[in-house]
Order: sequence, then C-alpha cells, then structure tokens
Amino acid sequence: MNERQEKVKSTKKPKVTERRRFLSIMAQSIGLSALGGIVWTGYVEEAKSAPLTLRPPGALAEDDFLRTCIKCGQCAEACPYDTLIMAKPGDRKPMGTPYFIPRDIPCYMCTDIPCVPVCPTGALDEDSVSSVVDGKKVLDINKSKMGLALVDHESCIAYWGIQCDACYRACPILGEAITIEFIRNERTGKHAKLVPIVHADHCTGCGLCEHACVTEKPAIFVLPREVAMGKPGDYYVKGWSEKDQERIKQRNLQELKTKTERSEKKPQDYLNMDEELFNE
Amino acid sequence: MNKLFKMRYLILRRITQIGLLFLYFAGNAYGWNVLKGTLSASLLFDKIPLADPFAVLQMLSAGAMMGINVFIGAAIITLFYGIIGGRAFCSWVCPVNMVTDLANWMRRVLLLDKTERKVWVSRNARYWVLGLSLIISALTGLAAFELVSPITIFNRGIIFGMGMGGGVLLAIFLFDLFGVKNGWCGHICPLGGFYSLIGRFSLIRVRHNQPNCTLCMKCKDVCPETEVLFMIGKESTTVNMGECVNCARCIEVCDDDALGFSIRDFTTRKAKGEKQ
Ligand code: SF4
Ligand code: SF4
Ligand code: SF4
Ligand code: SF4
Repeated sequence: MNERQEKVKSTKKPKVTERRRFLSIMAQSIGLSALGGIVWTGYVEEAKSAPLTLRPPGALAEDDFLRTCIKCGQCAEACPYDTLIMAKPGDRKPMGTPYFIPRDIPCYMCTDIPCVPVCPTGALDEDSVSSVVDGKKVLDINKSKMGLALVDHESCIAYWGIQCDACYRACPILGEAITIEFIRNERTGKHAKLVPIVHADHCTGCGLCEHACVTEKPAIFVLPREVAMGKPGDYYVKGWSEKDQERIKQRNLQELKTKTERSEKKPQDYLNMDEELFNE
Repeated sequence: MNKLFKMRYLILRRITQIGLLFLYFAGNAYGWNVLKGTLSASLLFDKIPLADPFAVLQMLSAGAMMGINVFIGAAIITLFYGIIGGRAFCSWVCPVNMVTDLANWMRRVLLLDKTERKVWVSRNARYWVLGLSLIISALTGLAAFELVSPITIFNRGIIFGMGMGGGVLLAIFLFDLFGVKNGWCGHICPLGGFYSLIGRFSLIRVRHNQPNCTLCMKCKDVCPETEVLFMIGKESTTVNMGECVNCARCIEVCDDDALGFSIRDFTTRKAKGEKQ
C-alpha cells in the first residue's frame, strides 16, 4: 500500500455520514428502549400479582380496578376511620392503590359510604353499592363485596368448645352474614359447641369480625373473593333448588360431553383394563 | 436585599411547590377543602376536578373505562399548560424539582460540572420513555409510569406517609449529582417530556434582549435545559422551545437585564435553531 492510498483510507474511515449517524442512533435508542421496556414490563406484571389485597367498597374486579384507579387517594381521604391506606414503596402492593388491613382498621360500613362517590374515575362503582328503593337509587353498603370472611376451624376456640361469639357480635349484618350454629360436642358427649358460620351471599368482607377475633392471630379473616371461593363448575346442579334447576334448561345438550375414552368400552373390558391402571 | 431580589422567582417557586404540598396535606389531615386528592387527580375548592393528563393517557392506553370527571380534569390541566404555562408544571409544581435543583446546586458548589464526563443519555431519551410508558400500559393493562413515578411517590408520601419512598428520591438525587447533569428532569422523566410537547405553543415565555447581553453566560450556567438558550448574545427573541421549564433562573442571574418574561414572539417562531 503506498502513501497515497493509506491517506485516502484514513480520511475515509472515520467519516460517518449524517444518514449513517441517524440510523445508528436510532438503532441504539430502539435497543435501549427494548431493554428498558422488558425490565419495566416485568416490574409492572410483578406489581399486578398481589392477590391478597382488599379494596375499598364498590371496587371493580381487580384487573379493571387496577387499570381504572388513578391513585388520587380521594377515597382514603374521605374515609372517616382512616381505614384505607395508599400503597407505598415497600408495601408490596401495586403502588399508590388504596387497600385496607382489617386487623388494623376494618371498614366500618358507613351507610353514606363517603369513600365511593368521590372517586373521579369510577374505579369505585357507585351502582354496585346502591339498590333501588321506590324507583330511587339509594346507597346500600350491605351490597359491597370487598372480600369474604373464612373461619379456620382449627384455631377458632368456639370449635374447641370454648364459648366465644366475638366475631358474630362484631358483624354489622349479624344473623345473615354470620350465624351461630349448634354442633354436638363429641368430646364431652353432653355439651353443644356454638360455632360461627359465614354466609358468602351476605358477607361484605368489611373485616369487623377479623378485627374483633379474640385469638392471637385471627381465626376468622377476610380474603378477596377470588381467592377465598371455589367454583363447582356447570356440571353440578342443586336438585333441591328450583332456581338452580333453571340452569339445566339453559344448557346446550349438544355440546355436553359425557363420553370418555373408557366409558366407550363395555363394562367388562373397562374393569379388566388393569394394565392401564398400573402403568400410570 | 439585592441577593433576595436575585432569587425572587426561586423563592416564589419554592413557595408554590411547598404551598401546594401543604394544601394537599391539609386536605387529608385537616379536611381543608382547597385541594383534595393528589397530583394524579384532585378536587379544587370541592368543585373543580383536576387530573394529570399524562396519567389519563396511560390509563386510556391500558384500556380503562373511566368516569367523566377525570376527563374534565385532564382537559383543564392540558389547556392551562398548553395555552399559558408551558412546562411550568416542572419548575413551579412538581416536588421532584426541589430534589433535582438541590443536586444541580451541589454540582455547581462541588465543581462537578467542570469535570463532567461524556454525557451518555440523550435529551431525547425522555420521549422514548414517554412512548414506552404508553406501550407498556397497553401491554400490561396498567398505567405503567404511574406505578413507578417518583413524582407521585413524593407527592403521596407527603400526604399519606413516606414509607420507603425516600429511597427513590435519594436515588434520583444521587443520579443527578454524580451521574448525569440534570439527568432525571432533562433526560428521563416522561412527564417532563409530555409537558414539553403540550406546552410548545404556550404564551408565557422568557425573552432575550440581545443588545443588553454582555455574553457573561451566567444564564447558560444556571439553566437546566441549556439548549433552549441557543440565542443568547445572537438575536433578540423569545425562548420558544417546549423544553423550557419557565423557572426564570436565567432572568434572575442576569446582571445586565437582558432577559425577562414576555409573551411569545410569534414572528420569529420559525427562527433557525428551533426544532420544529
Ligand atoms: S365504608 Fe366507611 S369505613 Fe368503609 S372504607 Fe368506606 S369510608 Fe371507610
Ligand atoms: S378515589 Fe378512586 S381513583 Fe382515587 S385512589 Fe380511590 S379508587 Fe383510586
Ligand atoms: S371471634 Fe375468633 S375465636 Fe371467637 S368465634 Fe369468632 S372466629 Fe372463633
Ligand atoms: S421533569 Fe419530571 S420530575 Fe422534573 S420537574 Fe418536570 S415533571 Fe417533575
């Protein structure tokens, strides 16, 4: 390579055209954005999955609630009991959203529900906590479904046979959301146990029972409904309930599958297919 | 006295920033009806709804069905900054600005500015972050920036208690002090980017009067968005770029009365050097 060629080469090399520059900056920005985006998305997805969070009365279903709440805290400010907390960093809840911890401060189920109408976005839905009386919409806190109280039979001392009805007495809709039932005390043989039973269709999840429970760690506690409740599916119908029987009529019988691989065979074959049983 | 005069806007800004925080705090703690809620959405005098338009935008992109009140609130805020204040939110309202200004001031005291290493974050990064917040909101169904925003963490922290929010602010402080000059507000914050966009054509502007300028460059030293002062010593015009935060620091530090507030100069809007 002679001198001249070398010179041409060296002046050529560092020259980056405007177009080139633009493209490489663009590529860099897109790359960095993608990187940041992945980390950030992961964080947001993570923040979403805080399943044991109890929301204020009238809150939309968790997914909709999370996207609709603007995190303004007006509900928390309206609550006269300071029930609602705005999630802070370190609370391990989606940041800035309102929630409550019944053992600390339960929801006192105000009849005028001050926390709901102030919500500017509708994340707290007034209609879901209203009923119609004489053609007029009136607020009805008993319709709220913040969660569902569950009793741990092992640690509830009433199930031990010791008399306690603290949770029952604390419930604002006692007799409906929570009842006391007699069961036979097998241990003594001659006493009854009076135990608390929660009824899902009336329990609002306010947590007054959890707050009142006498045991060290509450034997009755509120969980979000999606967490607390099971689901039997469509197959099972209450034969004793006329309303439930209606469901059979709605069902599309064509789509109903009752045959399985095994049931297609004759009963003898079916019973003699023991290899398959062992092979599993 | 002269010293105080040299900080008149700074003092006014601190009064509005702290005053607003206090009004929000009092709304919660003492039930005052002046400002209730937070910077995300609030109720002014128990009547007028206000809402952060960028938060609303993210929620829309997350697919939220919202009540009418937030839209009215967001429209009021958008019109206010769009027509009048420009990016004034950043320097007159946002609480994080106090943290970043402190970092900036310490940089000057510790002479860190003079030893600045190569800048590695572009000032346009904030627009990428802005776009990214909308994309992630759409992907996850959650307002993405609202979930990490130090602005609302600070604001809510004052109103409802800080929790571990102090750590977030400390991180920004250290980033601005030792990392990138004016790093958070000038490079990353998508809300700042958002207000630069809607405030591009707002009316209240800083004006440069070229004949008075002695080229001391004090204004450029103190400006957090130096690029907007490209006309210093060159021509008489208003600062028309959306990035100007209207903090008025340049006006205060100028000893030669070459800068002042004024109404936007429409005649030189297409002036060279301005991004269009
Ligand atoms: S119903 Fe009353 S106690 Fe319960 S969260 Fe709302 S304001 Fe607070
Ligand atoms: S008032 Fe509504 S939008 Fe505001 S924090 Fe409460 S639930 Fe969220
Ligand atoms: S208060 Fe607690 S221990 Fe007592 S009956 Fe209720 S759940 Fe059981
Ligand atoms: S750029 Fe962001 S953090 Fe900085 S002052 Fe503006 S809104 Fe606040």
